[in-house]
Amino acid sequence: MSDTLLVSTRKGLFRVVRKNGKWDIERVDFLGDNVTLTLTDPRDGRHYAALDHGHFGVKLHRSTAVGWEEIAAPVYPPKPEGLEENDMWGRPLAWSTARIWALAAGGADEPGVIWCGTQPGGLFRSTDHGESWEIIRSLWEHPKRKMWMGGGADLPGIHSILIDPRNSKRVWIAVSTGGIWFTEDAGANWTQRGEGMRADHVPPELTNDPVAQDVHCLAQSAATTRRMWVQHHNGIFISSDEGRTFSEITGVEPSTFGFPVVVHPRDPDMAWFVPEIKDEKRIPRDGRLVVTRTRDGAKSFVTLTEGLPQSHAYDVVYRHAQAIDGTGNRLAFGSTTGGLWVSEDQGDNWACVTHTLPPVYAVRFA
Amino acid sequence: MAKIFFTANIQRHVVCPETEAAGHSVREVLDNVFAGNPLARSYVLDDQAALRRHMTIFVDGHAIRDRARLSDPVGESSTIRVFQALSGG
Repeated sequence: MSDTLLVSTRKGLFRVVRKNGKWDIERVDFLGDNVTLTLTDPRDGRHYAALDHGHFGVKLHRSTAVGWEEIAAPVYPPKPEGLEENDMWGRPLAWSTARIWALAAGGADEPGVIWCGTQPGGLFRSTDHGESWEIIRSLWEHPKRKMWMGGGADLPGIHSILIDPRNSKRVWIAVSTGGIWFTEDAGANWTQRGEGMRADHVPPELTNDPVAQDVHCLAQSAATTRRMWVQHHNGIFISSDEGRTFSEITGVEPSTFGFPVVVHPRDPDMAWFVPEIKDEKRIPRDGRLVVTRTRDGAKSFVTLTEGLPQSHAYDVVYRHAQAIDGTGNRLAFGSTTGGLWVSEDQGDNWACVTHTLPPVYAVRFA
Repeated sequence: MAKIFFTANIQRHVVCPETEAAGHSVREVLDNVFAGNPLARSYVLDDQAALRRHMTIFVDGHAIRDRARLSDPVGESSTIRVFQALSGG
C-alpha cells in the first residue's frame, strides 16, 4: 500500500502523504514550474520528474538522496538534410522533444531500463536510469508513423507504455492519434494492434483503420496482459486478446467519454473511468463529478459519487491524472481545476485532499 | 573575444554567468560557451541545435536572422545577449 502521491501540476510537483489517516501536502518541489509527469521506479524507488519550461524546453530530473538532479532529456536524432516532413498542418515537423508524455520502468530483469514516450511521436529507451536516451528508430522510421496526427495537442504523441511483467521484451504503446503498437523484441520490430476500435471524427474510409484511432489511455492489470482497456476519443473499448481486437462498451452512464482509465493490479476485469459529457463538451455532466467502475469486465458499471462535488463541478481529469495503488483499494485523481481526491475503498467513498492546487497534469502513487 | 550575457530568467534553472568566448559566428561562440557549460546548451538550443522557438539572440543590439544555423557574424569585440521572448510563456 502506498502512502505517498506525486501530483504533477502547472506550478510544481506536490508530494502528498497519508499520516494518521489523513492525506496532506508534505512538500512542493519545482514550485512555479510546469511539471507534466512523474515516474517512480518500483525496482529502486527513484523518482523521475518531467518538466516543460516553455522557452527553455523539456527537461528531466531524477531524485537523489537529498533532492533532485537534472539528467538528460530525450533528444531526437539530426533531421536528415533535405528531408521534407510536415505535420498535419503543413508546417515542417520539428524533430525535437515537445513534451514528455509517457514514462515507464522496464522489467524487473532489466534494471536501469526506462521507456519514454514523447510528442511529436518518438519513443526513447534508456538503459542507464535516464543518463542517456536512444530513440527507437524502428518505430520512428516506420512508414505508418507519418500517418500519426495530433489529438488534443498539435502534434502526435505516445502517452501510454505497457510492459509485459512476465516478458519485458513485449511492450505496447498507445498514440494520440495513431492507435496501439506492439513489439515482442524490445522495440526492434513493431506491429499495429487495435482492430475493432472506431473513430467517428475521421472520414468514413478511416473510421475503422487502427492507425486512425485516438486512444486517450491504454491500461492493463499486472495480473495478465490478456485483458486490455482503452479510454478512447469515441468511448470505452475492451480487449481479451492482448489488444489485437477490441469491443466497444456502450450504455455507460453518464458517459463513455473521458481521458484516464486505471485497472486493478490483480483483477483484470475491474476498471475505473472519470467521464465527461463528450468530446465537444469536456465537463462533467450536470456539473456532477463522478467516477464509473466496473468489476465484471464491463458487463455492468456503477457510478460513484460519495465525497465528490455534485453541483457546479467543472473538473476535467487528464489521462495521467488518475492512479491506483498496488493493493487495488486505494485510488486518487486530480483535476484541471485543482482538485485532488483519494479513495481508500475502490471508489465507494472519496475524500477531497485539496481543491486549490494548480491545474493537475498527473497523479501517481510513489 | 565576444562577451556573452544570458537572460536573468534562465539563471533560475541553470547557471549561465557572463562570459567571454572566441568565434566568428554565433554558432562558434555558443559552441565554445557550451563546451564549458554543457547543461545550459539544451536551454538555448533545441534537439536540432537550432535556437529554441521562443528564444532570441542579439549581436550588438541586432536580433540574429539565422535561427537554424546561427551563422550571423560576430566581431572580435561584439556583445551577444541571449534572451527569451515574451511570447511562448
